[in-house]
Amino acid sequence: MDLFLQLTLAGLAIGSIYSCVALSVVMVYQASDHFNFAQGEMAMFSTYIAWTFLGMGTPIWLAFVLAVALSFLAGIIIERLVVKPVENASVLNQIMVFIGLLVIFNNMAGWIWEFTIKPFPSLFPEDFGFQSDLIGPHHMGVIGLTLLVLLITFCFFRFTRVGLAMQAAAANPDSARLVGVSVGWMLALGWGLAAAIGAVGGILVAPIVYLEPNMMSGVLLYGFAGALLGGVSSPGGAVLGGLMIGVLENWVGQYVPGGSELKLTFALILIIAVVLFKPAGLFGRVVIKRV
Amino acid sequence: MPFLEVKGLKAYYSQTQALYGLDFDLEEGSITTILGANGAGKTTTLRSICRMVRTEGDIKFDGTDLTSLSTEAVVRKGIAHVPEGRGTFVRQSVEDNLQLGAYTRKNKTEISQDIERVYSYFPRLRERFKQQAGTLSGGEQQMLAIGRALMLRPRLMLLDEPSFGLGPLVVQEIYSIMRQIREQEGTSMLLVEQNANIALDLAEHAYLLETGSVVMSGESHVIREDENVRRSYLGY
Repeated sequence: MDLFLQLTLAGLAIGSIYSCVALSVVMVYQASDHFNFAQGEMAMFSTYIAWTFLGMGTPIWLAFVLAVALSFLAGIIIERLVVKPVENASVLNQIMVFIGLLVIFNNMAGWIWEFTIKPFPSLFPEDFGFQSDLIGPHHMGVIGLTLLVLLITFCFFRFTRVGLAMQAAAANPDSARLVGVSVGWMLALGWGLAAAIGAVGGILVAPIVYLEPNMMSGVLLYGFAGALLGGVSSPGGAVLGGLMIGVLENWVGQYVPGGSELKLTFALILIIAVVLFKPAGLFGRVVIKRV
Repeated sequence: MPFLEVKGLKAYYSQTQALYGLDFDLEEGSITTILGANGAGKTTTLRSICRMVRTEGDIKFDGTDLTSLSTEAVVRKGIAHVPEGRGTFVRQSVEDNLQLGAYTRKNKTEISQDIERVYSYFPRLRERFKQQAGTLSGGEQQMLAIGRALMLRPRLMLLDEPSFGLGPLVVQEIYSIMRQIREQEGTSMLLVEQNANIALDLAEHAYLLETGSVVMSGESHVIREDENVRRSYLGY
């Protein structure tokens, strides 16, 4: 029983990181109908930025805040410089741009910081004042911090004027313009937020998978699986999807014979299954509309 | 100088020309209607003013040239557009739709006062303020669209076929509220309609549009008397 609880809690911790990535992906998708394949590499790059600050002697939480803030700005700049110019291009061209971004960030990171694997410290202390055999301090911190980030994101969209405007711009760009919302900037803001949330995910996963340019490839795949499972039209669903993937991944690894080798395969099978049998995802909203 | 002055307006959807040199104007505080059949260019005329279609020619609002502005900037000049098909934010609540209408304004007290005012014009919206707007009936969505436009405290309202797809009773209800709004707020309105009867009742001036050109204009009661208009648009 203890093992089962341990697996589940660890799954929730890693799953909350997938949730961050899934939420980033969904946020961009909601705003502009794009699947940003470079979301993971952007998060990896953000983690290297945090690592650079650490190397300069910056306290770890300050490095975290700085990296997240810079990622937010970088997200906005990338949208303005790279994504906006192709907004009316064909889908294939847009996908090429995202794949291009992925490769650029990956190689740039390798070029600047080398491809060697580096340890990355946890944001959280070894000791929260109590010990548990079921969950380690880093995993505990990951769950807490992600919950906080998700709560802030939810409140931003639910209760602020700009959050409401971003939803409006995503749902109905023409109508949003007609009430004075600058739709282009709302998309850029969406990219900024997605990059910032992705950065949180990257910095939280780095102590587990170690820092290297390819560290996000698996995480991004799980994040995509989570987003699809929960429903790409539902940010809350994507978060739940991410958590479910984290837990399922651990269960499969432990209880399915040979499962530890099949974790990533499992994510891919799940993606295909969702696309085939429940394309809207578990929590994907069907728009209610009377005509 | 007219409040809204349009000269030689041509509009294009990619390669297709939709308007062929329109001239019309609107006095402050007045209601002007543009009548015409499907495809005459009524919606395009409104979309031109709001900068949602490529145009040539002059569009001046209260002395300002609108042609160089973005849609958002036109809205900030005080022009509220009630679009074709109502443009409801279907997933948002009724109240959030109204809040979005006041997006360009800052003063929260005034905004809540204005929401109250919209509810007093449209009591049915108050009853449904928490409801997802996509679940409203067509008539209620039209009311919401007009209410959302009012939230801007507009100096000019552009209304695109408020009667579209609605039953005669609802159309009457909506037009009587528009009349009230006009009396109480003095808002100028540019109204586009296929339903010539009801539009000519409300408006003082009318323009008749055919395939992208103005073919007739004048006081509403004069237009109403015209033999051709009666036969083609009023049906008696």
